Amino acid sequence: MEKQSITLTVNGRNIEFLAQPRKLLSDALREDCGLTGTHVGCEHGVCGACTVLVDGRPVRSCLTYAIQMEGHEISTIESVAEGGTLSPLQQALHELHGLQCGFCTPGIVMTFEAFLKEHPQPSEEQIRDALSGNLCRCTGYQNIVDAIQLAARRMREQRVEPAPAAAAGGTPGAAARPVSVGAEAS
Amino acid sequence: MKPAAFSYLRPVSVGDALRQLADGGPEAKVIAGGQSLGPMMNMRLARPAQLIDLNDLTELASIRESGDCLRVGALTRHHQLAESALVRRHCPLLGQAAQTIGHYAIRQRGTIGGSLAHADPAAQLPLVALTLGARVHLRSVTRERTVDAARFFVSAMTTTLAADELIEFIEFPKAQPGESAAYRMFNRRHGDYAIIAAATTVTVSGGKVAGLRLGLGGATPVPQSLQALANAACGRRPDDDWIHDLARGAADQLQVEEDHRVSVEYRRELTRTVVTRALGHALAQLKA
Repeated sequence: MEKQSITLTVNGRNIEFLAQPRKLLSDALREDCGLTGTHVGCEHGVCGACTVLVDGRPVRSCLTYAIQMEGHEISTIESVAEGGTLSPLQQALHELHGLQCGFCTPGIVMTFEAFLKEHPQPSEEQIRDALSGNLCRCTGYQNIVDAIQLAARRMREQRVEPAPAAAAGGTPGAAARPVSVGAEAS
Repeated sequence: MKPAAFSYLRPVSVGDALRQLADGGPEAKVIAGGQSLGPMMNMRLARPAQLIDLNDLTELASIRESGDCLRVGALTRHHQLAESALVRRHCPLLGQAAQTIGHYAIRQRGTIGGSLAHADPAAQLPLVALTLGARVHLRSVTRERTVDAARFFVSAMTTTLAADELIEFIEFPKAQPGESAAYRMFNRRHGDYAIIAAATTVTVSGGKVAGLRLGLGGATPVPQSLQALANAACGRRPDDDWIHDLARGAADQLQVEEDHRVSVEYRRELTRTVVTRALGHALAQLKA
């Protein structure tokens, strides 16, 4: 099969390369776009490590062909930290030991960047349901769940910043500390 | 694991897609969400020479009312089904079942047409379609036809869909006023296919069961409707004894097949459990 020209819009940038139609999006991101933050695990949609956003929705890049993604907006883990500042979710994962080896982390971050936009106040059950699509073999998930809850709380508080007294955690300064997360999880 | 080489077509209308499918012959395959076909191609269990990508056919992605039916386009994603207010109001069984398919990212992409065409024996949507008596609308270049769900599924991973046909939309009967629905499954890991699943709808009038549907999936090559059993259970008071009798009857009737992972006895026991849970949940919603 002849290679053909494919143009992807990744993290707001157009990238053109030659590839066969069978080229997986996961491989195109890593090999043709130079974006190796998207990890490749099981290559059949089970582990979630390769999850990226397509038009804002989480998608397994190993179950998608690059050629299908022409005309769509792809976001990868490289777009999440703005100017080197971690997103609230990345910061919370860092603080609460929500990662160890880090292989699954990009997929988890991309899944929950979308999930938290859709569910600003998620229950633990909702978080665990969504997290079931991302396999982690290091942390045992508890700290990841805690970090997602902390990130959700901080993002809610950021949204009501004009009236910080109304926020449950008190002042924005106080909200930056990861306090009593375990209690919230139970 | 990489798929074998294929050529790629991206039609912009249903008419285009049907012509390409007819021209492509048996080596052509349509792809929608790709959440089942993708893994099969990566593992080279499927090696279509040509893929016809349906994802631009937004005309197939709508949910709308059509008389006493809810008309669901084949390209409707599972996540759309789970979140749709129309589905919640008129076909709650469909929304509940869609919410349990795979994982969050899988549901963003997987489609109802894909799930029905793939016809996995343990999948949610074939069971719901069969239990509710949905009608599947098929189209090719030369003809259109409507097939009842009971005739659409032929065997495991096999349907009446011809090589040149597409599923265009599926019609589900709207829930009756006061109808309650429940889908319950058992699996070993969250997001896996069901070892056994039960789908039910119940209406109660004057303290007695006025209408009941019951279907089971996961145990046999195609989902089973236990409509005779369900009809016989109407007219009684829906108390714990009623649930117990029905769950036992369903487990006894299940034409269960031997499986190297799940013994017949274990699956019958699980059947009693999921039927009990489904009926209990549906009745609790009526009381709420």
